[in-house]
Amino acid sequence: MSKIHVTTSVNGDAVEFLCDPRETLLDVLRDRLGLTGAKEGCGTGDCGACTITLDGRVVCSCLVLGAEAEGREVGTIEGIANGEELHPLQRKFIEHAALQCGICTPGILVATKALLEKNPDPTETEVRYWLAGNLCRCTGYDKIIRAVMDTAAELRSESKELS
Amino acid sequence: MHYHTPASFEDAIKIAAKATGITRFLAGGTDVLVQLRADMVTPDTLIDIKHIDGVHDITRTSDGGWTIGVAVTGAEMTEHPELAGDWPGLVEAMDLVGSTQIQGRATLTGNLCNGSPAADSVPAMVAAGASVSVRGPDGTREVAVEDIPTGPGRTSLAQDEVVTAVNIPARVAGGGDAYLRFIPRTEMDIAVVGCGINLVLDGDTITQARVVLGAVAPTVLLDQACGDAIIGTTLDAAALERLAKAASAACNPITDKRGTIEFRTKVAGVLAQRAAKIAYGRAQAGGAS
Ligand SMILES: Cc1cc2nc3c(=O)[nH]c(=O)nc-3n(C[C@H](O)[C@H](O)[C@H](O)COP(=O)(O)OP(=O)(O)OC[C@H]3O[C@@H](n4cnc5c(N)ncnc54)[C@H](O)[C@@H]3O)c2cc1C
Repeated sequence: MSKIHVTTSVNGDAVEFLCDPRETLLDVLRDRLGLTGAKEGCGTGDCGACTITLDGRVVCSCLVLGAEAEGREVGTIEGIANGEELHPLQRKFIEHAALQCGICTPGILVATKALLEKNPDPTETEVRYWLAGNLCRCTGYDKIIRAVMDTAAELRSESKELS
Repeated sequence: MHYHTPASFEDAIKIAAKATGITRFLAGGTDVLVQLRADMVTPDTLIDIKHIDGVHDITRTSDGGWTIGVAVTGAEMTEHPELAGDWPGLVEAMDLVGSTQIQGRATLTGNLCNGSPAADSVPAMVAAGASVSVRGPDGTREVAVEDIPTGPGRTSLAQDEVVTAVNIPARVAGGGDAYLRFIPRTEMDIAVVGCGINLVLDGDTITQARVVLGAVAPTVLLDQACGDAIIGTTLDAAALERLAKAASAACNPITDKRGTIEFRTKVAGVLAQRAAKIAYGRAQAGGAS
């Protein structure tokens, strides 16, 4: 079967790859581009472990074809930290022990970062609904929600200091 | 599988007309790719319609209605204050589809053309009196949304026909809509029963009512008896009682893991009453609240 040539951007870097028409963007990221942060959990859009952003929108990369990335902007967990310096969300997740096995964590961080960019001051209910498509079987969610609320508060006070 | 990205609907239907085997259009892919990955449906031809001009637009028409492009996502609808102001029930129905991740991809047209009897946006579209523009080799026709599904997973569209837009009528003064569904949890589940209602009032009296039930029959049900039960009333207790009876009587459901026939029949009546109250309140408030 002939492969499709795709030119796209991943975490701001121009990227080219060849993929099978049936290949998902998740498989392309993991197997062709070596970006293994996004995980395959269910493979049917229910669990959110493969969450990435596509043109800034939170999506499940298991339900996007690699070919669909042509000309789009892809954002993954690998683009969240600034070099060695963790993103505040990553720092707070460690501080609050908001992860155990870690499989769901990349997806949750990508989804949460998008939420805080859209809504810097979410209520706990808003955070819980936003993350309803990210399943975690370890934490019972409370620690995740606390880490998100705490990060949001820290980012708000920082942006106040700056202005 | 051949993957195509036509730049026009004309090219899309040419590809579909020539294709052999199984053909699917790709909007958000939240049904197509799930079915592909589960080896339920493996298309030989996949036609991605997202590169066609205008498909991402939500446009106000000259008569005050709306044209929603076939690639517009649920998230984009929710973020559109004027559309949500005119048709809160429709926008909320689409917003119920899946999680944040699914909202970033799922479309009204995909929800309709997938043909699920439990599709959340479909009762709301039918209640609103929406239609779709369908383009085929012989030109474009406008089809009422309720005439698209013909059974679970089946539609009245021919293989070389594509939906080019969803048309939502203008919100008239004194109108209001609502959609509710019952699911066993608060998020991320498929409707056991869904109910979309659109009302028009003259003063406090209902003059028009479209009551639509989902997930209780092989296709969505637009039920005249339900509408008649409340037209001419102020949605008083007796009218609500008649509405619940009519809604339960209209049901022709199945028993499955999500609910029994008896449960679905009872819940249809309860949901119709609740949705009617919300639509009525919105109509009194002038459209949206
Ligand atoms: C985790 C998850 C949760 C979900 N939750 C819900 C839910 O709560 N409620 C609900 O109703 N659904 C739900 N769904 C199903 C799905 O998300 C919706 O049906 C969605 O609206 C489909 O839209 P799409 O754009 O992704 O369609 P696609 O998958 O792209 O297409 C679906 C069908 O429509 C056809 N089609 C698409 N565009 C056109 C066109 N322009 N012309 C003709 N045919 C076309 C395709 O050929 C295909 O058969 C869920 C799915 C997932 C994965």
